[in-house]
Amino acid sequence: MSLQLIAVAKDRDREAFEILFRHFSPRVRAYLVHRGSDTKNVDDILQDVFATVWQKANLYDHQRASAAAWIFTIARNRRIDALRNERRPEFDPQDPALQRNPVPGGEETFIAWQHAKTVRIALDVLSDEQREVLRLSFYEGESYSAIAVRLGIPLGTVKSRARLAFARLRTELGSKREDL
Amino acid sequence: MTIKHHVGDDLLLSYGAGTLDEAMSLLVATHLALCPTCRADLELAEAVGGVLIDRTPTDTAVDEAMLEAVLDGACQDDNAGAPALRASNEALVLPQPLYNYAGGDADTLRWRSAGGGIRQVLLKTVGAGTTARLLSIPARKSVPRHGHRGVEATLVLAGSFYDRDAWYRRGDVGIASPEVVHRPVAGPEQDCICLAVTDARLEFRTPIPRLLQPFHGI
Ligand SMILES: [Zn+2]
Repeated sequence: MSLQLIAVAKDRDREAFEILFRHFSPRVRAYLVHRGSDTKNVDDILQDVFATVWQKANLYDHQRASAAAWIFTIARNRRIDALRNERRPEFDPQDPALQRNPVPGGEETFIAWQHAKTVRIALDVLSDEQREVLRLSFYEGESYSAIAVRLGIPLGTVKSRARLAFARLRTELGSKREDL
Repeated sequence: MTIKHHVGDDLLLSYGAGTLDEAMSLLVATHLALCPTCRADLELAEAVGGVLIDRTPTDTAVDEAMLEAVLDGACQDDNAGAPALRASNEALVLPQPLYNYAGGDADTLRWRSAGGGIRQVLLKTVGAGTTARLLSIPARKSVPRHGHRGVEATLVLAGSFYDRDAWYRRGDVGIASPEVVHRPVAGPEQDCICLAVTDARLEFRTPIPRLLQPFHGI
């Protein structure tokens, strides 16, 4: 799918976009529906997400993210805008105050997880409990306190499961964090 | 500059998932501007989001009309709503996300006294129970000993502070959980400017889950 997104970015390739749309739009729709907003609203947000994919594909950097991850971030931000009516503070890659990676080329070379397949394999290594916390958090958009209530476990347990899951993913994917 | 105290994986993950409130998201975004390590970790978190979306079983049909509408849609103005960037300048104290909220860099803000020589600027964020503010603590001065109703996260932007056996410098994040009572002290080199975010809502941690336990068979 990343190849299709690159084709959209480079050549405004309509067929490539259609492939992306057919694959991702029902999935993103299911993601948006999970917050219980009404159908009309969901369709508006969904169209907005894919209009952004179509028009802003030039901002996609395949060195840094899979197509799925990039589309996820757009859907996540639209959901925050539309349903919570909040701003989403984000760092700006053009920020003159941005601290660059001191390792030459480090910004590019230590990213090992842009390959969706690798991340998928790593996710399967997690315990069911850890994976469930990630799913509720990323997919259903529940806060840790809401997850604690839903699973009937203390907030601290939810947070430690999230931390363990992330540490495990990092190990599985061979992060170079220690080298920095 | 080497950052020693990061935001922590639980905060970074919930920021990536988009479930963190605005005030705490502002702190994470500001740390990300100063920390290449956490920027890489955020990409991992977002990759997880991508895989979870990709894996969703789905039986809804594709909306053909929407596909046509998107392909035929008028192009939006690429730069609409994007904040103006500042000129590159070594002396910038506030990274862009924070600068956007404060409406200027540290030396142009209207600081108000918070008592004891400490000055503050409250930042406007949405979300009940969470507050974000900039603090300026005079060099060598300590913040009065205090406890917390909720979690308090403090990100250093200039100078340094010392708290519970550790020094915190530009980019470092100190997290004080509700049970912590502490008395941070600003370093001697200059006034310490930091972003402090408190989340009082986390207080209700235990009673509610307990009530629900019988229904979950725990
Ligand atoms: Zn960090």
